[in-house]
Amino acid sequence: MKSLLATLALITALTLPGLAMARPVTLTTTLNSYGGDGAYLALYVTDASGAYMGSLWMAGTKSKYYEHLTDWYRATGGDTAQVNGITGASVGAGRSLEITLDLADALFDAGYTLHIDAAVEDMRDSPGEVAVPLTTTGAGMATTGRRYVASFAYDM
Amino acid sequence: MIRALHRWPGLLALALITVLTLSGAALSVFPAAERLTAPQAATGLTVAALAARIQAVYPGVEQIRRAPSGRITAYWFDQGAPGAAVIDPATGQGVASADPNQTQRWLTNLHRSLFLGDGGRIAMAVGAVAMLVLSFSGAMLVARRAGGWRHWFAALRGPLAGRLHVEIARVAVVGLVLSSTTALWMTASTFDLLPSGGTAPALAVEVSGETGVALMMMPTLGDTPVADLRELSFPYPGDATDVFTLKTDRGSGYLDQGTGALLGWSDLTGWEHVFETIYMLHTGQGAATLGLVLGIMALGVPVMGGTGVLIWLAGRRGRPRIRGNLAAGRAETILLVGSEGGSTWGFAAALHAALSRAGQSVHAAPMSTLTPDRYTRARRIIVLAATYGNGDAPTSAKGFLDRLANLDRAPEAALAVLGFGDRSFPTYCAFAKAMSEAARAKGWSELLPLDTIDRQSSQDFARWGRTLGQALGIDLELAHQPGLPTTETLTLISRRDYGAEVQAPTAILRFALPNATLWQRLRGAGFARFTAGDLIGILPEGSPVPRLYSLASARRDGFVEIVVKKQPGGLCSGQLTALEPGQTVTAFLRRNPGFQPGKGRAPLILIGAGTGIGPLAGFVRGNTRHRPIHLFFGMRHPDSDFLYGEEMPIWQDDGRLARLVTAVSRGARPHYVQDALRGEAVEVARLIRDGARVMVCGGRDMAAGVAEALAEILAPTGLSPAVLKAEGRYVEDVY
Repeated sequence: MKSLLATLALITALTLPGLAMARPVTLTTTLNSYGGDGAYLALYVTDASGAYMGSLWMAGTKSKYYEHLTDWYRATGGDTAQVNGITGASVGAGRSLEITLDLADALFDAGYTLHIDAAVEDMRDSPGEVAVPLTTTGAGMATTGRRYVASFAYDM
Repeated sequence: MIRALHRWPGLLALALITVLTLSGAALSVFPAAERLTAPQAATGLTVAALAARIQAVYPGVEQIRRAPSGRITAYWFDQGAPGAAVIDPATGQGVASADPNQTQRWLTNLHRSLFLGDGGRIAMAVGAVAMLVLSFSGAMLVARRAGGWRHWFAALRGPLAGRLHVEIARVAVVGLVLSSTTALWMTASTFDLLPSGGTAPALAVEVSGETGVALMMMPTLGDTPVADLRELSFPYPGDATDVFTLKTDRGSGYLDQGTGALLGWSDLTGWEHVFETIYMLHTGQGAATLGLVLGIMALGVPVMGGTGVLIWLAGRRGRPRIRGNLAAGRAETILLVGSEGGSTWGFAAALHAALSRAGQSVHAAPMSTLTPDRYTRARRIIVLAATYGNGDAPTSAKGFLDRLANLDRAPEAALAVLGFGDRSFPTYCAFAKAMSEAARAKGWSELLPLDTIDRQSSQDFARWGRTLGQALGIDLELAHQPGLPTTETLTLISRRDYGAEVQAPTAILRFALPNATLWQRLRGAGFARFTAGDLIGILPEGSPVPRLYSLASARRDGFVEIVVKKQPGGLCSGQLTALEPGQTVTAFLRRNPGFQPGKGRAPLILIGAGTGIGPLAGFVRGNTRHRPIHLFFGMRHPDSDFLYGEEMPIWQDDGRLARLVTAVSRGARPHYVQDALRGEAVEVARLIRDGARVMVCGGRDMAAGVAEALAEILAPTGLSPAVLKAEGRYVEDVY
């Protein structure tokens, strides 16, 4: 259970109008029983052109493993400042990660995409494990990841 | 100090280090097993060819990895389902599951974090620090024990546990230092305490936007042998902006999926090489043989832990537990103990208990720890001092006189010195006297004048206790019956009698070897391990005070042998010389490491008279390596007390005894062993100049005569018995 209020990293990265308009969003990621150690997960947002906008959460505290979150690592150059203050423990097989963030209204229905990169020690790196467009209608709809994520959903 | 630095980290971290080393040793097997089982790529196979083979079998391939063992793993998606397998590079076919080995995963997590996350990682890092401290302090102890770093692999003596401990340590220490240093480096890296390595390469050129180049047409992949490959990631299907990512032993880069062109490359930095080398040295991945060697060395650690505990327990047994011992700064009475074998500690414990019962606050410590600055509340300091050898400081008082001499001024607290010794020696309580003299010279005020205890006498001790009580104004009753070492019953199996005709009835008594338990053998306790020259304490009936005799046999001879002369009115010698085969005595073993021939090929000059031949004959009997031994033996008459006269010719014939010179004291021209030495002056001087070691055993007068004769013989060479003694080349066992 992760809960935090303002996601400074994201909001400072997205200098959007209507910043004051924000709402709490709960992101729930449940992993399948893949039979390995805890998974590292990077949750981040890209814009309509695919450009990196900012990070929402990093599950996994050892920065030396971040290079295995390949897409996130390439987009950020491995810059740990991107996940300062929004980092938590890695997520065990079969476990869930639930985080609640205040997200700007302007992020929804504007072509932004939420990505999850995943990696597990001695197992496959899975960049692009999840990629879902952020829309108000998509809220509450569960998505399945490619390798490790059994279901992902965001609720408003 | 170093010993404490070895003992306490060892005892405290024993469990942690045992888990670390056992799991580490188990893990060391995996890289080797992987190396042996993984199908290896043929030399000359390129990454392009390998990738094409794999893609032909698994069209949805996403990533190909090559482990340092040469094992190649492919990851793919087939109709949305993820798949992975270990690949045979010859065919591109999957041959085994790529799932992580659950046992290895379990062991890895145990090894690095005890399944406790970051807290566990820190605990294991503490274990690695303890290992490192133990390695360095242990190495210093080994060097000190062997007599210097150059003697690192010198032969070992002593109880089995101690020898095993050092035997393993001096080989394994290299691996343990390597493993614990690399472990700490890896932990530091995990906790971001080290600067990180390189960065991802930048995309130097925009992607072409085209897709579909054949793998065989990509020059970089065609130039890279599989042996250099680490990882090849394929672009997402349908994403024209994505690229191939290639990682090799040299660096990493991006390849265009339309043209195959290299879009960006960055070499591995020197720093990354350092990281990888350390990772390899610790895990054995990429260096499987080294890993196995390190694993075997790590296996020695639990054995060293066990033997270390045994050594520690053996050391503690020599010293009774003192209950309620206060800290140095809280006690009004400080007891300083100078003990060699531990018996003086027994008296100290009794005194400590009696004073504590009388309401005193008492701190007891070895004399070698003298630190008056810490005795902030002390009003009196009581020193109980035994003497070692010819007036030397006993073990627990080493360095005391230097510490005393280095004090700015004498301590405020008044001093009482009690010496322990044996009045039959000319050096009776010599160390206590020297120490008392040094204290007076320093101006240390006196609580009581120097007093002495002869042969652990309970009466002497009680009398001194009353004097001390008067000085303190308390009623002090000291009752201490010194405890004896564990005794055994020895059964006489044979006796040979000599000397009756020359009024010196003497017997060579041979006892059966008592059975040793496995536990005794492991600890080398009691009669489980002894050599000629060690001492046997016999408890005669009717007296609690043991008499010591030198052993004329070693454990491997299969019997316990002593030479005893009947003393007029002697209680113990009377009982022993009256002993018939089948009868028994009560005895214990006391080691005598100071009187041993030692290893080496240097000639030995053994000099003895009368019963002093005992240990010397034992040395000759054990000399199966034919070290040149020159024996000078003094007797009264060759027809009566030529002890071991039957064996001597045999020993000479088979090379165990190089030369025998006898001296006969009864007759027209009395001839003593020192006269025999003078007669061989040239030869003796030559032998000593060439490094010979001199061992003397017998009565006090004979030893003095021998020293005098040797002084004369050596005068022209510039050597002297004193110089030889200082070098450890002249030892005496005198009674």
